[in-house]
Amino acid sequence: MLTPEQIQQKLDRILLKVIKPGRYVGGEYNITVKNWDTTPNRVAFVFPDIYDIGVSNVGLKILYDQVNQREDALAERAYAPWTDMELFMREGGIPLYSLETFHPLAAFDIIGISLPYETLYTNALNVLDLAGIPVRASERTMEHPLILVGGHSTMNPEPMHAFIDAFVIGEGEEAIHDVINTVARFRQSGTTGTRENMLLALSKIPGIYVPSLYTVTYQEDGTVETVAPVRADVPKVVTKRMVAKLPPPPTKFIVPNTETVHNRATVEIMRGCTRGCRFCHAGMITRPVRERSVAEVVAAAEEAIRSTGFEELALLSLSSSDYTNILELVTTIGEKFGDKHLNISLPSLRIESVSIELMERLKDRRSFGFTLAPEAATERMRRIINKFITDEDLLNTTREIYARGWTTIKLYFMIGHPSETIEDVEAIATLAKKVLAEGRKVAGMKVKLNLGVSTFVPKSQTPFQWVPCDTTGQIKEKQDVLRRMLKDKNIKLSWTHAEDTFLEAFLSRGDRKIAGVIYTAWKNGAKFDAWNDQYRYPIWLAAFEEHGLDPDFYTHRQRRLDETFPWDHISAAVRKNYLFQDFRMSLEGEIRPDCRQKCYACGILPTFSNQRRENPGEGWKCPDVKSPAKQLSVISVP
Amino acid sequence: MRIRLTFAKQGALRYIGHLDLHKMWERVTRRAGIRLAYSQGFHPQPKIQIAAALPLGFSSRCEIIDMWLSEEIDLSGFAEAIQAAVPPGLHIQQVDIVDDRAPALQTLVDSAAFEITLLTPADDELPRRLSSVMESETLPRERRGKSYDLRPLIESLSFISPDKITMKLAARPSATGRPEEVLDQLGIPFEETRIERTQLILK
Ligand code: SF4
Repeated sequence: MLTPEQIQQKLDRILLKVIKPGRYVGGEYNITVKNWDTTPNRVAFVFPDIYDIGVSNVGLKILYDQVNQREDALAERAYAPWTDMELFMREGGIPLYSLETFHPLAAFDIIGISLPYETLYTNALNVLDLAGIPVRASERTMEHPLILVGGHSTMNPEPMHAFIDAFVIGEGEEAIHDVINTVARFRQSGTTGTRENMLLALSKIPGIYVPSLYTVTYQEDGTVETVAPVRADVPKVVTKRMVAKLPPPPTKFIVPNTETVHNRATVEIMRGCTRGCRFCHAGMITRPVRERSVAEVVAAAEEAIRSTGFEELALLSLSSSDYTNILELVTTIGEKFGDKHLNISLPSLRIESVSIELMERLKDRRSFGFTLAPEAATERMRRIINKFITDEDLLNTTREIYARGWTTIKLYFMIGHPSETIEDVEAIATLAKKVLAEGRKVAGMKVKLNLGVSTFVPKSQTPFQWVPCDTTGQIKEKQDVLRRMLKDKNIKLSWTHAEDTFLEAFLSRGDRKIAGVIYTAWKNGAKFDAWNDQYRYPIWLAAFEEHGLDPDFYTHRQRRLDETFPWDHISAAVRKNYLFQDFRMSLEGEIRPDCRQKCYACGILPTFSNQRRENPGEGWKCPDVKSPAKQLSVISVP
Repeated sequence: MRIRLTFAKQGALRYIGHLDLHKMWERVTRRAGIRLAYSQGFHPQPKIQIAAALPLGFSSRCEIIDMWLSEEIDLSGFAEAIQAAVPPGLHIQQVDIVDDRAPALQTLVDSAAFEITLLTPADDELPRRLSSVMESETLPRERRGKSYDLRPLIESLSFISPDKITMKLAARPSATGRPEEVLDQLGIPFEETRIERTQLILK
């Protein structure tokens, strides 16, 4: 294995030949560099896309801090090199290395890869390969690091089962410590330290899924028959981890020395969402809602700006308007930061005039446009997806936004919702034109509209997991309708390529058989699939062919109501029955209101009743649990 | 209030370009609690001037920037506050107050001195090649399709040891000598060197 010095010497000779060498040298403000030799547990966190995208990932930042706070552990970072750098690295025999100390990734005990979305899968394989680590989990020994994965895509881990040793299902803040402790025990104990024993011990940690300890059988029609653990002491269902009380948010964000996608400090004001939009993966899998107090958010924001010097502050959540004390929060933030040449962003606002007042209190400089997400343009569609607003609400709000001085509004819609017709799509264009026309009445011809129209992919663990995804033909037809109807030069239309949607669909809805397809596609050159220009559609089709599989089986098939899904042994703590009931409601066009008003017993409370009992009151938005605690056998973490 | 900072830029910062450096100073000052003056207009920009862009890959002991502050401040503790807020590889060397109406920093630069480290030590012929460059009347070359004479841009060129040479090149807006071009003239591949700017000479 190369030493950090050898790696740096080799780098010196190639860095000036690649685009943006600043991506590959670390040295940012606020990084943590610990003593390698005296720190026994070493974790490398990888975001498998380029530095410019990965460095601002908040999830990894939280874990980086969690690990570095431990005396006995260090965390460092790596990202996927861009194709030019990859070529030089392979040519020069430079393995993927960490940006803190330039150690090869293979020298770490644990490699934690973030997979928030499925189009990163081939990059994850490429990262392992660049690190000189066998891509297939079955080929790794105790010599190799443990390959751990987390992020929203793990709610269906099966397509990646062949490559990953263990998945963290749900939130990682606490689970990462359990994993480090378990791995440490096996690394330090000589003879009992086999990889099999280590994996078995990991499988006993709540929320950790070790795919090699399960076998899957299939029905004749290709659907899953059973998923069963290979031993009685391995859990049948892995239920997600959830932190009952959000830990203090990170504030010492790493400040890149180069321009990246997001240059900002963030504070997560709340986690989870009670709205219950049926298409929304994040909304279903991050329950329950837990809020931070205004005081905690404001203190974190002040500290984050002070310690980073960033010019932007983002207050993050899935639905800002639903934060209980949102008015108090934005007033305080606006007063404290309004005049500091900062941009403050508050995403996911509800479509109502209060949202405009919120932005005004933040002293928004109106230069970035005002963003709203109606998602659908007809009443029928809005009932189906459970995001109900009226055209009148939307037009009143947008008119007011233009009138108060914003010249650009961004509206997000989605096509491909279940049972969508061409009329529903046309309604998007009609509504957009109306928004612009009304805006012109109050603010003149300068008003602009950006229309982002993405395509719906039915995701696991949501009420729409039974429905098919639109075919590329359907998607293109719908996009043509929009393009044809929207010719106004003041409406800027953007959309997702149909082929990208197709890829996302089979990767997120796949079973274990898809692993072979991923491997073949990667071998044949698929990587950076999240990048339009890099996405190699024919490679994927050829890979399906080679494995005798039909992508339509995964993407365009209406799934049987009694089907066992590939992900049924993974639980987001929202019951399948509840999702099914919600699916039935959608077919009837029935709205399920916000569960802050009334609990619909989705399954969160029985699963996390102890946590709720120990954390009563306003922090959570689920009802308090009054029943006495059942006598549970204490879960012992091995 | 206008302040002139001289600093070294080394380590990983060698790979950080000119525009990124601008942004970096904006953040450094915010971290240090120093309020910069901003331009007027729709997209207010902090008022910062960098003396001379340092090519990617070069390190430096002598970068100079001017920054305008929105308020008069006492300079005691200023250098320390800035030093605590910069990324590794950046070292503050000097802080001066400059007259607000003094000419733009970029127009003041006259020449720049460089120290070149050769990653593979040169053969015995190097001193002779250096002298031959200095003895030539003209050194016609091309830069982006335009022909020019390199010779008058070289003010001095010295052999220090088999792995070290130094040079001083013109650095006026209208006439800028580049160390890579001198190296090329000497038959030394650029990738085989480490270049450090050691001095910026102002008019
Ligand atoms: S348990 Fe009730 S309140 Fe909590 S998330 Fe589920 S439905 Fe909403």
